[in-house]
Amino acid sequence: MTALLSVNDLHVWLDTARGPLAIVDGVSFDVAAGQVFGLAGESGSGKTITALALLGLLPAGARTGGSATMAGRDLLAMTSSARRRTRGREIAMVFQDPTSSLHPMLTIERQLTEHLRYQLGLSAKDAHRRAVALLTDVRIPDPEAAMRGYPHQFSGGMRQRIQIAIGLACEPRLLVADEPTTALDVTVQAGILRLLHRLCQEKHLAVILITHDLGVLSSLADTVTVMYAGRVAESGPTAQVMGHARHPYTRGLVDALPHPEAADRALVPIAGDPAGPESRPSGCAFHPRCRYAKPSCRIAVPPLVRVDDGREMACPVDPLVASMAR
Amino acid sequence: MSLLEMRDVQVVYQRRDGTPVPAVAGASLDVNAGEIVGLVGETGCGKSSLAKAAVGLVPVAAGTVTFEGRAVHVLGRRARRPSERRLQLVFQNPYESINPRRTVGAQVADAFAIGRTLPKSSWRPRVEDLLRRVGLPVDLARRFPHQLSGGQRQRIAIARALAADPAMIVLDEPLSALDSSVQAQVANLLVDLARDLHVGMLLISHDLAIIRHVAHRTAVMYLGVVVETAPTAQLWSAPMHPYTQALIDAIPHADGAGHLPVALTGEIPDPARPPSGCRFHPRCPHVMDRCLTDVPALEEKAGGRRVACWLHEEHVVAHRAAGVAP
Repeated sequence: MTALLSVNDLHVWLDTARGPLAIVDGVSFDVAAGQVFGLAGESGSGKTITALALLGLLPAGARTGGSATMAGRDLLAMTSSARRRTRGREIAMVFQDPTSSLHPMLTIERQLTEHLRYQLGLSAKDAHRRAVALLTDVRIPDPEAAMRGYPHQFSGGMRQRIQIAIGLACEPRLLVADEPTTALDVTVQAGILRLLHRLCQEKHLAVILITHDLGVLSSLADTVTVMYAGRVAESGPTAQVMGHARHPYTRGLVDALPHPEAADRALVPIAGDPAGPESRPSGCAFHPRCRYAKPSCRIAVPPLVRVDDGREMACPVDPLVASMAR
Repeated sequence: MSLLEMRDVQVVYQRRDGTPVPAVAGASLDVNAGEIVGLVGETGCGKSSLAKAAVGLVPVAAGTVTFEGRAVHVLGRRARRPSERRLQLVFQNPYESINPRRTVGAQVADAFAIGRTLPKSSWRPRVEDLLRRVGLPVDLARRFPHQLSGGQRQRIAIARALAADPAMIVLDEPLSALDSSVQAQVANLLVDLARDLHVGMLLISHDLAIIRHVAHRTAVMYLGVVVETAPTAQLWSAPMHPYTQALIDAIPHADGAGHLPVALTGEIPDPARPPSGCRFHPRCPHVMDRCLTDVPALEEKAGGRRVACWLHEEHVVAHRAAGVAP
């Protein structure tokens, strides 16, 4: 499996009054064509900033380090005009809230064909034909009528489908979906997940799925990286990381979820609150909330090491080992 | 007599062109002391409107709402009646429901100031009691909301409701703005409060999985009507209404098994023009002829369950049983 996108030691710093703040602190992962790569973590873990860095959409004043190689070119080192050509044609993004990312006063046709005409140079007629095909592809009923509609005339699920159609307009090879179903009902969410799955299979599309919802991640992603406070806690095949979580943070996240087979069991929350970038603890950033923390966790940042079953994790205190020692 | 009783409640809004929109179209629900009742359904099913009707924030067009045996009055310009102060509401977003410019302690003490229930000298110890009760350190009383995390703010919102010494709290999506690990903390807090203080709770959520862990009884709403209520465990193990089944099937599981959730076809219809007969019939996989014309009533079944579905009508069940018999 060769990687379509290879992110290596990505750093993102934001300048603040108190000096530069490392929002993303050395993150590496590979994304392959036709695969869904899941990026999980709570708010403030740096998962969205990671995606914005790939698209060159970071806020002014942000600096990046490391590399993100796609088709032999480093996305982080591109000029802004090269980036503009990349966006939409190579990488597209779908945001959480379709209400705020679609223009309320422009028709769906205008928003769908803009890309096609500007990026691909299609004629108005060809662009229209392609736009109808795109809406059909994402299962919008009566696409011709939908083209004349405005965003407010559609439900949340339909708007998200339209947003995905816009993202796919120029046939990108990589789609970055940031919490694409968080604002939707479960019934509608299931439809969007199935749509993304089908697109991945049929179009050999690579997807970076960013979400805090481990259920969503588990049903769609082939590989998963769990981030905490800007660093990778655990990563590997979904079946391993979600099915048999080993890092104390991942296990905490899984235990905090309502469990389908054990409804009478109380939920087991992780103690404390997620660490924001401005108050990141020393050493392993998870140590103040970790049941297994040792004094050494407070001092040294644990390195990300590959363990036998194909996963990588950054924890010197493997909970399995710890529970056996007790 | 239940603590909170809602009988055939209707809540009707008006569109700008004067079209009446019945958001709640005859819903009935009871909540007993010390009991947590979960109310679930998709966006636009009327669950928030029913919650507002329960505390008198919107007028009911028909039906009755009684709290401790007395009718709940619609909140007008005048202060809430003392008899209704024991009926409290907690909103979804703790970033909007708390005043950013006043200290936490002052806001929790509002209930004593307005209710004149306590001498001023005992405000501070009582505020500290309440903060401890919701699991917060007492020194938070001097802080401002922006210094708190989302989970802490939601605890403050709950402490404010508790300050009025309530018998009943209506909570409108209190968990959906929180991260999953924090969500579990607040969910467990609600269970503790209901048990220890014998408070009744009506908990509104679109997240069926969390309701399963928290609620004693669950009511499922679809397009303005309650279609099924049952003790939570039974509702999950054997849902009777096809819509309940669809909601359960749509939940993605975080087990790493990679199963895609099942999507419910179709969209929630316009409440101003609801489908004839059973409102769920256009999306129902088990639709029969009579579902198109006859409205099923919410009927009592064995085991304290109620369901509004023709599939479970006595003679239909008998007929089916006869069909399989030789």
